[in-house]
Amino acid sequence: MLKMIVCMKQVPMVSDLPWDPVTGTLTRDVAEGMMNPACKHALEAALVLKERHGGHITAMTMGPPMAEEILREAIALGADRCLMVSDQKMAGADTLVTSFTLARAIEIFCPDFDLILCGCHTSDSETAQVGPQLSEELRIPSIAAVEGLDLCGNAMRIKRVSDNFLETLEMDLPGLVTVATGFYVPRYASMAGLHDAFREPGILTVGARDLGLDDDDVGLQGSATRIMDIFSPVAKKENIVLKGAPKKIVEELLDRFDDTIGSLIRKDLKAVK
Amino acid sequence: MDQKRRSIWVFGDYRNYFQNRVTLQLLSRATDLAKKIEAEVCATVFGHEVDEWVGEYIAHGATKVYVCDNPGLKFYSTDTYVALMERIVRQYGPEIILVGATSFGREFTPRLAKRLKTGLTADCVGLEINGEGLLVQTAPAFGGSLLTRIVTPEKRPQMATVRPGVFQEIPHNYQATGEIVNVALPGDLPGDRVRLVSSERQPAREQKLGEAPVVVCGGRGMGSKTRFKNLFELARVLGGEVGATRPVVYAKWADEDALVGQADRHISPKVLFSFGVSGAIQHTAGIKNAGFIIAVNKNPNAAMMKMADVAIVADASQVCIALIRELKKRIRT
Repeated sequence: MLKMIVCMKQVPMVSDLPWDPVTGTLTRDVAEGMMNPACKHALEAALVLKERHGGHITAMTMGPPMAEEILREAIALGADRCLMVSDQKMAGADTLVTSFTLARAIEIFCPDFDLILCGCHTSDSETAQVGPQLSEELRIPSIAAVEGLDLCGNAMRIKRVSDNFLETLEMDLPGLVTVATGFYVPRYASMAGLHDAFREPGILTVGARDLGLDDDDVGLQGSATRIMDIFSPVAKKENIVLKGAPKKIVEELLDRFDDTIGSLIRKDLKAVK
Repeated sequence: MDQKRRSIWVFGDYRNYFQNRVTLQLLSRATDLAKKIEAEVCATVFGHEVDEWVGEYIAHGATKVYVCDNPGLKFYSTDTYVALMERIVRQYGPEIILVGATSFGREFTPRLAKRLKTGLTADCVGLEINGEGLLVQTAPAFGGSLLTRIVTPEKRPQMATVRPGVFQEIPHNYQATGEIVNVALPGDLPGDRVRLVSSERQPAREQKLGEAPVVVCGGRGMGSKTRFKNLFELARVLGGEVGATRPVVYAKWADEDALVGQADRHISPKVLFSFGVSGAIQHTAGIKNAGFIIAVNKNPNAAMMKMADVAIVADASQVCIALIRELKKRIRT
């Protein structure tokens, strides 16, 4: 039986976050959350392995209390157990300290794992760093952005495309993979399943103290990087605006810019009289 | 650690043509940054029979190259490369390490940063040195339309991965000379926990898109998979390639290899037609080097519309169809 941990993150559902240009801060809490898309692919990969070989899946996340929603969604989809790492002191963590914190939680609450699956990147910060760094922290091997994986004896057989090389790799267990979004098709949770999952009793939630960590070890305090500022990039061009019926616009576009566009695509675009 | 000049290191990623170009672009940027902190520019080259790359990196600005040439390094291995790099970084203590945000770089660098217990900023689109001599790393943030500037105030080295195409390489200088430091492959590196069973070079679709002079890019504003398909016809008429935003790829209207922006690919077409693209930073950073931009969107305030040379306020799908018709009428074969 394969003992798996799927690490997931709740991300804002909207792509444009409410942002205060004066203070430069983001009001993340007003945005509705969802399971990060790539994490859905990681969970799907775990569910497929479980169906094929038998297994046990622990879904875990680190985040504010509302992130519990995605763990319940994971239960509805077929995860067996949840672990929530949540503590106000953990806010503002960079990837270095996030992977450190996750590793401590895994060592204490689910040390007996064979495989950790993460999404290949999150849709909000997109660093793709936490998975590989978690494997370093746990001193286990890892492979990023895998497209297919299966058990092969005591190892994982993995397929992926890396820099235009189609690779087949074998990784010893315990190990970690981050799952790419191109291969697995995440299943949907049934309404009944979601209903049951949200009626389940409380989810195991642990904070910094439960992990034996001091304030300096977690969150912003434990981070190596500092954000100086956040800003909106400015546009530059002449920005000619065309409006109206599509046919008229297209004619106007090609009339006004026949030389510009025509020379670029190497075609004569002068209107046929 | 002995007393000596500060240094900025560039990891020599050379496995394919495009990875090598990023390395050259980073050497160029490192050369500019080095002047501000009086540092020397160094490159690392790991592999087997790598003289070609050592010479090329010196010709592109490296004054010192740390070389580990060993048959055991014939294939890229994250485990081995991380262990080897960790050793020489600890030995020589660079101030800054820059790595291309290639697939390999994005897997290798986080693990190296973790071993060194230092900060790492992913997918930078800008690098500067501030008044305090710190590396200011500009990176996209929060999936929307924002950039963030990040520093690593205390931990060393300061580390960043940088997207291909962000910086311009400097011309090859045949007269340039540099010092070569040969590094022996330590005998006590941990055994490979990941084994390469097979590796084949793929026919490179992304390279085609990356190099295409004309790109037709579509976003969610195209409305449906069926309507999105019209973009392929438009691209055919224009002699270009089709690119897509991430939501479109998630919705499976287009293959992942058509994705433009963020971790994945940068394009630099002479002319870009953008249909129904809102302009999230992940995408717009990927089209920074586009020449003439024509954007179509119902929403005149979309970020993509603001950065266009011509912004067409209309339904993207209808304009696409009208443009195909008008072009076919005008282009005489």
